[in-house]
Amino acid sequence: MARRIPRLAQAVLTIVGIYGAFRLVFDVLLGQPIPSSLLTMYMFFVVAGVYMVFTFTEESTRELVAPIRALVEDPRRKPIRNVVFALTPLLAAWFTYAGLQPRIEAPVELRSIHPAPPSSVKMFGKRFDLLKLEKEEPKKFRQLVAEGAKVYVENCHFCHGDKLDGRGPYAEGLNPVPMSFQDVGTIAQLQESFLFWRIATGGPGLPADAAPWISSMPVWETFLSEEEIWKVILFLYDYTGHRPRLWSENADHSKH
Amino acid sequence: MRIATGIRRALPRLALAAAVTVFLGAAALAPEAAFAAEPVAAEGAKASAFAPAPTLTTADYPQIRGFNGRIAVWLAAQLHLWFAAFVLAVPIFVFIIEAIGMGTRDERYDRLAYEFIKVSITAYSLTAILGGLLLFFLVIFYPHLFQYLAGIFRESMIWYALLFFAESAILYLYYYGWHWLQGGFAKWVHLTLGLLLNAVGTTLMFLANAWVTFMMSPAGVDAAGVFSGNTWAAIHNALWNPINIHRVVANVAFGGSIVGAYAAYRFLSATTAEQKAQYDWMGYTANFIAISALLPLPFAGYYLTAEIYAYSQQMGITLMGGIFAWLFIIQAVLIGTLFLAANYYLWCGMGRSDGAVRYNRYVKYLAAGIIVAFLVWFTPHTLILTNEELKALGGPYHKILGPLGIMPAKNIAVNAMILFTTLSFLMYRRANKIPTVSWVNAGNATQAALFTAGLLNIFFLGVYHGYFTNTVYKVASSIPQVLTTLAIIVASTVIDTLMYRGAKEVAPLHWGRVSDRSQYALFLLAVAFTWLMGLMGYIRSSLRQHWHVTNVFRDASPDAFTPTLGYAANVVSLGAIIFMALVIFVFWVSQVSARHTTAVGYWKAEPAR
Repeated sequence: MARRIPRLAQAVLTIVGIYGAFRLVFDVLLGQPIPSSLLTMYMFFVVAGVYMVFTFTEESTRELVAPIRALVEDPRRKPIRNVVFALTPLLAAWFTYAGLQPRIEAPVELRSIHPAPPSSVKMFGKRFDLLKLEKEEPKKFRQLVAEGAKVYVENCHFCHGDKLDGRGPYAEGLNPVPMSFQDVGTIAQLQESFLFWRIATGGPGLPADAAPWISSMPVWETFLSEEEIWKVILFLYDYTGHRPRLWSENADHSKH
Repeated sequence: MRIATGIRRALPRLALAAAVTVFLGAAALAPEAAFAAEPVAAEGAKASAFAPAPTLTTADYPQIRGFNGRIAVWLAAQLHLWFAAFVLAVPIFVFIIEAIGMGTRDERYDRLAYEFIKVSITAYSLTAILGGLLLFFLVIFYPHLFQYLAGIFRESMIWYALLFFAESAILYLYYYGWHWLQGGFAKWVHLTLGLLLNAVGTTLMFLANAWVTFMMSPAGVDAAGVFSGNTWAAIHNALWNPINIHRVVANVAFGGSIVGAYAAYRFLSATTAEQKAQYDWMGYTANFIAISALLPLPFAGYYLTAEIYAYSQQMGITLMGGIFAWLFIIQAVLIGTLFLAANYYLWCGMGRSDGAVRYNRYVKYLAAGIIVAFLVWFTPHTLILTNEELKALGGPYHKILGPLGIMPAKNIAVNAMILFTTLSFLMYRRANKIPTVSWVNAGNATQAALFTAGLLNIFFLGVYHGYFTNTVYKVASSIPQVLTTLAIIVASTVIDTLMYRGAKEVAPLHWGRVSDRSQYALFLLAVAFTWLMGLMGYIRSSLRQHWHVTNVFRDASPDAFTPTLGYAANVVSLGAIIFMALVIFVFWVSQVSARHTTAVGYWKAEPAR
């Protein structure tokens, strides 16, 4: 009869196995590494889940802690106990030391992708109410999109890319790289007025409460007209197939 | 006989109290209704009677050495809210438990309901004290704001104060009359008092909610803050009802968790098997109440958030995508912790049954499902990346994890967590029973099909409408998702009840045979709820940023800035610690009345008669 793996070993193997699976799937198979900050959070709750499964009955709990209890209480395990008791604080010291070592790399920053817009903003020499601002030109829709495409190619594609995926020729030189409009988490989540504000005022127009912020987006109101910005917004939505945030189907401008 | 006579004598007084309460409740709303019916022209004429919102300077905010006005108001408001939530919630489920006791004629329910209300009665005076403290702090540190709000809500503030009398009178009658109003008609009178208590309490909260939501989404005033005179418009602002719904549901969940912590405290300090059994049952019931209210809470929260976003893009993005997005990750972690703790408590509780071994092997699958849903639930949209990771990914967007950061993925995850929790509960119910009906296999297959089809539907709705249609459908698809979840909960409970009708018990349930670890899960629930409420309360309030009343009345105080996340989290945590300390005091005090010390030799011997 095969010997059953002890509960403590089962628990440890499960945790190590899940960690390995994360690394294998994200880093190797998908080629999209899992950020260490997120993996730490994931693993914390994986460990909590494993603890819950292994301790919800008395019998299982006793079996789980038996080796630990024996290590502390059993006189025959004194040599191993001494080694564990010596190594544990040393390990803790090493982790602390490694954590406090100064690094060349800049520290990570909490960064908001979408800072909140002001309720109104002054652009093109007048004040816009961003809560209500929308633009509607249903009859000329196709023509305006085509004109927007021209504006985009002449001004935006160098950074945001000819496929609007943030991979333009200059993108490699920027950190963070430019916004990908193809991502479902960007323009598809926002109202048109948000885009109008962001394009017109660029990086310098970002609100103070959105700090820390790094953006090399120019202040386009100094290069483009108000109409040109609206046209390029139409093009962004039309090309990607996304729709701006709407509150009712009646407000869906894409139907025109 | 004596009781019946007592009731006959008391009835006129009770009727008077009830009539006064009903009158106060009706009258509290009457002026607003009258305003609402007035013609627009009359409103225009009235408008001149009200001043615009004042333009203040730093000098208009009194400074007192050693006190920070903002933190004082923040902590007093939060502590008042915690206690108010607790004392408003407890009568809701005490009323239900008392009614169940009356329906089943099982006195244990009556004793349990009494034990619950006993805990809240001590907290009641603390609620009032903290409410007074908040009022004083507001008047001292923000006199112009209070004056402005009082100018608009003066009628409702007067009625609020008067309703508080009614609330106190009914609560004391309800509590102190518990053992007096027993049996027959008297018990019905007592139950009616419970109903009145809840009606008055809920009206009080709705009035206070109107003042708070007016500050967020003002209505009934023009751009300069001049009040139109229509009080109902000011009360019935865009966020009033979403907050009302959210707070009622959340209060029940929070109240249940606090009472659960009380039961755990009593369980751990119990010295006899009877006490352990009693407090184990109380803890189980409290947990059941907390979880029953927790299940619909994410939907109430989603409705509130959608309304906030619809009211103001600026507020919506500040909340979910801007500066507070990181606090929302903490919120997600805490909500997930609530689900984990509640499930763990249920799994540990299966130890009360001798038949639970049959189901133990399924726990690991449930745990896996809940953990996977939980990880998706708290995956942030904006990842914290080191420069190396940023280069490796080719940008700040993660192709796999990025889409998990937005609401459609969260909606799928939370519905899945709720359904897995439902499965845990069904398993707990089945643990001690053996069905006797002939259609057991068909019943199990139907339930399996129900859960599978439901999860697939939730997944499809979330993925298709969340990622491949516009935001109207994305937000709207959450409704059929919720309905799917609710339909599964109801249908599976009905099938299970029918399947286990007349079922054999494996053995009597061993109340009290539960690990101490499970009791710490109850403590965790209470702490997580408390912290969560503090955190979300801060976010809700801070959405106004540098406005006392959004876009109408500017905050010019030295504290009119949004503090760093760490600072805010520290203040909220300090509040949670003070609240917990006060709650422990309340728990301890509620036990003191049962203690008797015989002071031998202290009192003079009574002279022989």
